Amino acid sequence: MFKLSIVTPEKVFYEGTVSSLIVPGSEGYLGVLTDHAPLITAIVPGKVMYRDSEGHELTMAASFGFFEVSANHATLLVDSVEFASEIDLERAQKALERARQRMANEAGNIDLDRAHRALDRARNRIKVARDVQR
Amino acid sequence: MPTLRQVKKRIRSVISTRQITKAMEMVAAAKLRKAQMKIMQVRPYSEKLDHILIHLSASAGGELMHPFFETREVKKRTLVLITADRGLCGSFNSNLISRARAWLADKDPVNTDLILVGKRGHDFFKRRNWTITARFADWGGNLDYGKARDIVDLLTKRFVDGETDEITMIYTQFLSTTRYRITEKMYLPVERPQIEGNQAVNQDYIFEPSPVAIFTDLMPRYAYTKMITALADSFASEHGTRMIAMGAATSNAGEMIDTLTLQYNKARQAAITKELLDIVGGAEALKG
Repeated sequence: MFKLSIVTPEKVFYEGTVSSLIVPGSEGYLGVLTDHAPLITAIVPGKVMYRDSEGHELTMAASFGFFEVSANHATLLVDSVEFASEIDLERAQKALERARQRMANEAGNIDLDRAHRALDRARNRIKVARDVQR
Repeated sequence: MPTLRQVKKRIRSVISTRQITKAMEMVAAAKLRKAQMKIMQVRPYSEKLDHILIHLSASAGGELMHPFFETREVKKRTLVLITADRGLCGSFNSNLISRARAWLADKDPVNTDLILVGKRGHDFFKRRNWTITARFADWGGNLDYGKARDIVDLLTKRFVDGETDEITMIYTQFLSTTRYRITEKMYLPVERPQIEGNQAVNQDYIFEPSPVAIFTDLMPRYAYTKMITALADSFASEHGTRMIAMGAATSNAGEMIDTLTLQYNKARQAAITKELLDIVGGAEALKG
């Protein structure tokens, strides 16, 4: 068991004790169990999973951020995160469309990076939602 | 001595003023609650970010591998002044402006740029010969994350491109509804994180992919979070100050109404007495 806090700029999303955790690191997914070595990594949009102290497994879609673990205390700092079961697929589809359009309009612009990130986020949310809601 | 009608008119106008100030007080109170909530929301994120930054810089051998830390010889400065969009909040804006003027007093106008957040600050400085690089107004009293992002993008780009060597921010720190503190803070370059004698700090961290890559990802968010915090504090201070100012105005109006009503009643009584005397005098004369 170790402590996990998931925090976004808008709110503290989760704070509690978990037995296992999987996060999408920039170098690939990584699993975290009790007594993990101290680690800091960047997080890319992907699926976050944890098993809480009661054995429930929960799945979320997270976007860009950071992850730190040390002394059995894990912190996931992300721009946004939501439970897979709560993702509105229709809205996510629309966001994806918007992001695609922005990509086309912004070609060669400095905001291309932002559009790129929006696209990644939208894709990830749809993917995670489909995985779970199916 | 004003006439009865004049006093009555005056009372009516003070009553409607009191209604307005009362309404403004309540609006400010509602906005204050919202602004306070935003402060509370961003605080945990900001703290954790500080925490990661400290661990990162401690473990990376104290090397700060990001352009935001770069200290250069200061030739060109930028001042970011956060004021309110509107007045009627006591001395809030004038305090901020005079603090900014004090800061600017010994600076050279040619090499100092102003970035003004909030209409009041802009209205003041546009008539003076400082270079205004950008203005971010019309917030409607609410924190707009998109606008905050625009400010951060502009500031960081200017700093990294070498258009400015130092960015200072003047804003108000929210202490409580009745109290705020005008704060002067270095925004860029980012100050070296304070490493405390914490045992967790000295651990050997694994970095994925590398400390440099994490700094690259972390610093823009750090800059953004600092801006959000400053803005949230400013808005909360503004609404708090306005609530107090309008509350005072409302109770002053109440006192004024009491005084005027007394005056009105006295004048009315005097008029009646005078009329009575006239009638009695007239009756006496007829008897005569």
